Order: sequence, then structure tokens, then C-alpha cells
Amino acid sequence: MTELTRLTIAEARDALRKGETTSLEITEACLGAIEGAGALNAFVHNTPEIARDQAKAADERQQGRDEALAMNGIPLGIKDLFCTKGVPSQAASRILEGFKPEYESTVTQQLFDAGSVMLGKLNMDEFAMGSSNETSVYGDVVNPWKVDGRALTPGGSSGGSASAVAADLCLAATGTDTGGSIRQPAAFVGITGLKPTYGRVSRWGVVAFASSLDQAGPMCKSVRDCAIMLGAMAGHDPKDSTSADLAVPDFEAALTGDIRGKKIGIPKEYRMEGMPPEIEALWADGAAMLRDAGAEIVDISLPHTKYALPAYYVIAPAEASSNLARYDGVKYGHRAQMAQGDGITEMYEKTRAEGFGAEVQRRVMIGTYVLSAGFYDAYYNRARRVRALIKKDFEDVFAQGVDAILTPATPSAAFGLGEMADADPVQMYLNDVFTVTVNLAGLPGISVPAGLDKQGLPLGLQLIGRPWEEGDLLNTAYSLESAAGFVEKPAKWW
Amino acid sequence: MLDLTFEPPKPKVIQGAQSDWELVIGLEVHAQVSSKAKLFSGASTAFGAEPNSNVAFVDSAMPGMLPVINEFCVAQAVRTGLGLKAEINLTSAFDRKNYFYPDLPQGYQISQLYHPIVGEGEVLVEMGPGVARLVRIERIHLEQDAGKSIHDMDPAMSFVDLNRTGVALMEIVSRPDIRGPEEAAAYVVKLRQILRYLGTCDGNMQNGNLRADVNVSICQPGAYERYQETQDFSHLGTRCEIKNMNSMRFIQQAIEHEARRQIAIVEGGGKVDQETRLYDPDKGETRSMRSKEEAHDYRYFPCPDLLPLEIEQGWVDDIAADLPELPDAKKARLMELGLTDYDASVLTAEKEDADYFEEVAAGRDAKLSANWVINELFGRLKQDEKSTAESPITAAQLGGIVDLIKAETISGKIAKDLFEIVYTEGGDPAQVVEERGMKQVTDTGAIEAALDEIIAANPAQVEKAKVNPKLAGWFVGQVMKATGGKANPKAVNQLVAQKLNG
Repeated sequence: MTELTRLTIAEARDALRKGETTSLEITEACLGAIEGAGALNAFVHNTPEIARDQAKAADERQQGRDEALAMNGIPLGIKDLFCTKGVPSQAASRILEGFKPEYESTVTQQLFDAGSVMLGKLNMDEFAMGSSNETSVYGDVVNPWKVDGRALTPGGSSGGSASAVAADLCLAATGTDTGGSIRQPAAFVGITGLKPTYGRVSRWGVVAFASSLDQAGPMCKSVRDCAIMLGAMAGHDPKDSTSADLAVPDFEAALTGDIRGKKIGIPKEYRMEGMPPEIEALWADGAAMLRDAGAEIVDISLPHTKYALPAYYVIAPAEASSNLARYDGVKYGHRAQMAQGDGITEMYEKTRAEGFGAEVQRRVMIGTYVLSAGFYDAYYNRARRVRALIKKDFEDVFAQGVDAILTPATPSAAFGLGEMADADPVQMYLNDVFTVTVNLAGLPGISVPAGLDKQGLPLGLQLIGRPWEEGDLLNTAYSLESAAGFVEKPAKWW
Repeated sequence: MLDLTFEPPKPKVIQGAQSDWELVIGLEVHAQVSSKAKLFSGASTAFGAEPNSNVAFVDSAMPGMLPVINEFCVAQAVRTGLGLKAEINLTSAFDRKNYFYPDLPQGYQISQLYHPIVGEGEVLVEMGPGVARLVRIERIHLEQDAGKSIHDMDPAMSFVDLNRTGVALMEIVSRPDIRGPEEAAAYVVKLRQILRYLGTCDGNMQNGNLRADVNVSICQPGAYERYQETQDFSHLGTRCEIKNMNSMRFIQQAIEHEARRQIAIVEGGGKVDQETRLYDPDKGETRSMRSKEEAHDYRYFPCPDLLPLEIEQGWVDDIAADLPELPDAKKARLMELGLTDYDASVLTAEKEDADYFEEVAAGRDAKLSANWVINELFGRLKQDEKSTAESPITAAQLGGIVDLIKAETISGKIAKDLFEIVYTEGGDPAQVVEERGMKQVTDTGAIEAALDEIIAANPAQVEKAKVNPKLAGWFVGQVMKATGGKANPKAVNQLVAQKLNG
């Protein structure tokens, strides 16, 4: 048990149940690892006191009875987008400077209720807007994977979560996914990340980016861990009107590995111009693995795919421009110094100019523009119609009997930090090209590490499932995971 | 059944320097929903609480907080719609109206622009017997109220009170069917009456629980009729909206002033600008708040935190079945009982008055009951500045007095004394009459004895009365005096006539 931090949730759970270790031991190991991983810049607020208290309580529970809670004693990292009571929760933005909520998000509360331990808050792109974790007020997160000594992005927006799990600073982490923010970073660091069906996990207490797209999910070291952790995160929440009133099945029990007779669709529209051959090859390998496991591979068409990215970059900023209006310097967070004679307008302007970074400002301005009189129909309403068509594309395919859809998770492996600094922002947005359709359609999607590129960087494949069928999706992912046998870890340099 | 035959009132005509002008008026009434909790949070709506004490996390727009619709407020809106004979939309949706202001913590108001919960309805506004205006309701939607900014507590700072933030409002939008200041005020009075009958808004205008935005334009005689035929607004003048009026008197004054202002502009060769204005009652003028160019671009879009609001017809039917009798129906019913239009209007103006009256009149003479409620009780309460709910005399007590009058146990005059006793001291009227010997003397023997005494003592008067029958009244008065007013006047009259002519 020398490498406690490397344990998966399932392994730790079993070891704890057998009494081979204690939560406090694992927690201390993680706290030590975090301590030594400053170079990754993954954790931004450490909560060792909370962690130790929760670990001790978990250990007491473990001794008290045979059947422990699902996540008893498991140390987690929590993305800074989740409001955690009494703990800084800033969405990695200056505008929420000093903000400590007086409430606990439903997701973190449920994780605590399931016995989890919180190690601290994780870095991310500001307000979850970004694909490289370069927009955070806390600075860039660094990917534990390196090539030629180059610092790479862990992806975004859940970059801190990805980096922390990949570097074994915690057993698993929460993420949120609005356009790919769980799946893309998971792929960039070689871990597994699941975006559940929209409405499966409560949004209450999660700082909103784009309310109709945001969904929290687990970022873990294995498919099994995603199943365990999703079970703890999911469930109907009367405090979130968009939360579905559905029972939460035992996702772990769905992991039989048997996918014989399942129909897996390969969408031709995802074969993009200029896609790196390695990604193509990985995709083909993934399909072959699933076929070998007994699934039927079919070519499918999702004809409106090419309109997804533009529609997403209208809808998400539109909602964001409204959701972020509350950060005005009046009630909490940052307020700019006022000059003599400044009125409320100056207070808003200065506060928001200082408090929001460039990417957030860009999206707020795009969103304001697409909702403004005279442009609403041309942009926002049109994007909504596109969204409906994209949703229908998936419904049609599922109606034809397809059980899951296999695509690459990202169009490339992790790129260098700062590499896109001078690029057109749209180049950055292209990172989401394979993932945004899933958010627009509200479907579950999972990113599974499936191999390394020739530079030795991890690559992921995405599986998209039917709505509310996370169990089935996880089982297909489990089969892919077993076949791919991805076990590589980044060499420790930090 | 309710008699709906009425003539529309004549539109108000204002004489300009060059020609006559008519007014076209439409109102948006904001009515605070009577509900203990806010539209999207469990926070209290109690008026007058410590600043910022009735505020839930979602009301102060804390990060990650989400709205959850209060079903009772939805029921109240449906009830209101049914009371205004309006269509109920089984599917409606909430939109965000975006603008920045410190008393709007979210930076948007959740409202219903595209799909309101209530569609077209109507309000009958009576302007006199047989004269009424049928005002069409365009829609009613649910929305959140804003908080309160306080600018006069400190020279350098402003303060914000979020107690009102998120309280449910119904915005009741009329068509431009109102044709004068008096009609506009009467419309608000009627709307308020209906809402209070329904129990969906307390109508307290002083606290701002009912306030109106008034849209006013002017047109040449005949133009409105062309608009009515075509529903083409180009026949009408450019409208101005006067915001936030919370008194009937100010509504009338503001419309009058605004119409005259517009007439002066048009007759001077100018053009009325579409804009939002405020009425200053001290100066008796409206002034510009913001022009069309300065108007906010509210960037309405569907609120992604809320699913479309779906309600079931069965639920609506249940609410409809529980609807109280509304003012028009109640008034018609009272008139069928024999009350005059005026008495019926007075008694139905406030639901509590009507309820009181109905309790008094139950099983009794309606007209007599109405007289006693309106003339004696209301007069007395007004003198004491008391409401009907605060009346020291209950409907049962007043009914008891009416019974004593009807049974001729007491005379009308004694009844007034009895009323005053019961009003100030309480007690069962019949018992009071018994204990204090206030019973009317109907025993002709006793009356005759008194009369004989008076005749014997006044022979000269008797002689005169035989010549001039008008003097009989003098003998009646003397008998009443002798019996302490308790003699039955009818019996006295008869006996006096008999004796003098006999």
C-alpha cells in the first residue's frame, strides 16, 4: 500500500472495507501529493482540515458497520465551479474574489452524504469558459504529461480536475461539462470523464455558465469509478426545476462487459477534413475492439453536425451573458474602486472590466449581441432551431436501433500552453467539435482513454449514449476500456 | 341572470385650440399576488419587515441558485384569469428580461413575454345605471417584482432592500378600450374589486401592491372607430406610457395632463414622441423618463432554468369550481332581491360589505336590511373611521334589530336608539328592548287612555282640529310624547282620527 494515491475508487473502497488501510491514510497521502504538486497548479484552495475531519468520520463509520456508504472515505477534488459551504468558490474568476457561499451545492452535499472526503477546490477556466485552462484567475493548469519538456494544456474547462486525477493527487474529481469540459480534458490527460444526461445531476449550487447545457459529472481513473461516483452525484433535486424525477439505477451493476448484439454507430460527419491520421486510426481501432467484443458496427449519419459548433457558440454565450449579469459588484465578490463622481454605471463598468477576464468578456459580448433587438431571430432563434435538428439527428439514429455512437473525443492530443495565444479564438473553439453536439442534444457522453499518439500523449475516444441510459453507456465504455487496456501514467516531473 | 344590456359611455372630449380631441387609453396593472411566499423562493412576502430580512439565496442571486415555481402563485394567476373570464393557457413559459439595476440582483427579471399564463378576457366597467364600458384584457402574465433602491438615506451612498425582490406580480394588460380619465380610474376600481373578491391581490395601493402603467394617446373624433373596425393602430396617435401610478386620483389627473400636453404638441405642429413618462402630482405634470431611443433593449429569451409551465385542465376546473361569486353576479342577485342599482353597487363594492349585508338579509326583508346596513351602520362606521370588519355590531345583532322593526316590536325611531345602544354597549337587541322597556305600545287601550287625557285637557285644540284636520298631527305628537315614543304610530293615527271625527 505504498501508493495510496494511485488507487481507484473501487480499489480504495475494497481496501477500506477489508480494513487494509484507512481513509485518513489515503487522505494524508493525497494531501502530501497535492503539497508536492504546486507546479501543476491544479488545486487552488486546499481544505486539509475538512478533509481530515471527513476522513476520520469515514473511518469511524467503516468500523461501525459492514456495509459502508458508496464513496465512504474516498478523497476527491472539487472543481471551483461548485459552491462549497464556507470554502472559497470563485469559478476561477476575480469577480468572485473572497466569495464563500453559505450553502453547499447538491452534488457536493450528496458526495459528502455518500461518505466522500473533500481535499480542496480545483482550478478551471474562468466560469468554465475555455478549452485549455488558460483563462483562470489562478493561472494556467499544467498537464502532468510532457513532451520534450514542453508544458502542455490539460484541456478545459475542467483542467484542474483532469490534471489532479491524472497526477494521482486525488482518487477522482468533479467536473462540469457545457460543451466538452469534462470529456476533452479527460482525453488530454488519459483519464475517464462522463457527462451525464442533462437533468440527471442537479445544477443547484453549481455556478451557472449556460444553464440549458451545463451538467456536472465524474472524472475518474476508470469506467467503474465513473459508475460509482455518478451514482452518488445523480438524483432528482426539487431545488433544480430541470432535474429529472427519475430513479438512479445501480450503474456499477450494469458493468457486465457483455456488449454482444449492441449496435454501435460510426457517424460519417465526424470524419473531419484535416483530422490527424493517428486520431483516425484510433477511432478505427476502437470500432474494431467493440466489434471483437461482439457489437455490431454500423455507419450512421448525423447530418446537422456541421452546424453544431456555430449554434453552440450562439446559445452558450447568450445564456452566459444573462447568467453572469449578477456579478455586478453590488452584493458579493469584487467591486472596483470608484472615482469621485462615479455613479452606478461606472461601478458596473469598472467592476466587470476588472473582474472578468478577456474570454469571459468576449462571450458576454457575443451573448449580448445575439440576444439584442434585431439580431435575436437571426442568431439566437436560428441556433435554437439548429439545436432541435441536432437533437432529432440523434433521435433518428437511436430509433434505428443504435445503442451508442463512437467518435474521437478531441481532434488532437494536448497542445502546448500558450500555443493558441495568438490564434483566432475560433481555433480554440474547434476543440469542442466532437463534444458540443452531445450537450446540445442533452445526451450522456463518456471519454475513455484509448491509446497514445506517436509523441507519447494520451488520446481518448468518446461514446455517446441514449438519454437516461448511462448504465448501458458505461457498460459499453467498460468493454472498450478493457479492450484498449490503457494503463499508462505520466512520468512524474513535478 | 345578469343583465348585460348597457350603453357604452361617451368618450371624453377635450377641446383644443383648433379642434376637439378624444383619448385612447390602455392600462398595464401590476397586482401583487396574495401569497405568503415569493414566486420562486420560500421567502416571506410580509410587508414592513426589517430591510433584507425576507431574502432567500435565490432572491439575492447567489451564484448557482435556481428558481423553483411556487404553485400557489400559479393557482392565483389562474383564479384571476377565470375571474376575468379569460382563456387559461395550459402551457406557458418564463422568459428573462435583462437589465442592470442594483435592486435587480439577478440582472434579469423572470417574466412571461412570449407565452403568458392567461390570454384574452374582459372587465365590465360600469359608469352609471345602464352605462358601461367593456374593457378587453389582452393577457395576464406572472413575473417577479424588483427590490427597492433607497437613495435618500445617505448623501454619498445608495442602499438596497431586497425584501420585495422576487415577490409574485400579475401584470394585467388591457386593450386600448378606455376612453377617458374617469373610465380609467373606474377600470382600476373594478379590477381591484374583482381581485379582492377572488382573494388574489389585496389591492393595497398605498403599499404599492396594485399599481398601473397608463398608456395615453389622442386622436380626432372618428379615428377610434376606424381603429376598431380595422384593429389598425395607425389610426391612433403616438402613445406615451405614464409609469407607476398608485392612486385613482393621480391616474385621472395624469391622463388629463398628458392628453393636454399631447394636444398642445400636435396643434403646435409638432409630433408626440413615444416615451416613458412620470407623473409629478405636486407640479401637476408628466415629465419624460426615457425616450424610445433610450429605451432598454431587454434581450428577452426563454429562461433556461425553468421548464415550460404545464398545467392540467382538471386542475383549472377545480379552481373554477371554487371561484367565489363575483361583483357583477352578486350585484345582479341583490337587485333581484329588490334593491336599487345604487344600493346594490354600494353593498357590493367591497366583498366584506356584501358578506355582512347578506348575513343581515338572510331570511329578512332585503330592502329594510339594506337601508339599515347602508344608512345606519356604514354611516356610523364612517363616523368612527372603522371598516366593516371592525364593526362593533355583528350582522346577527343588526339582523336582530331588523327583526324587531319588522315585527313592529319597536318603531323606527326607537330602533335608532336601540342601534346606538347595541353599537356602543353590545348585547342582544331583543333583550335590550325587553330590559329597557323599549317595546312599542300597540295596546289600543293604553293609547286610548293617553289620548282621552289629552283631549280632555285641550278642548280648544279639539274644536280647531275638527275644522282643520291637519291639526290631528298635534294630537299624535302629544300621544307619542306621553308614551315616550313607544306607541305604535299607526295605531295612534287611527285613534286620533276616530276620536276627532267621532
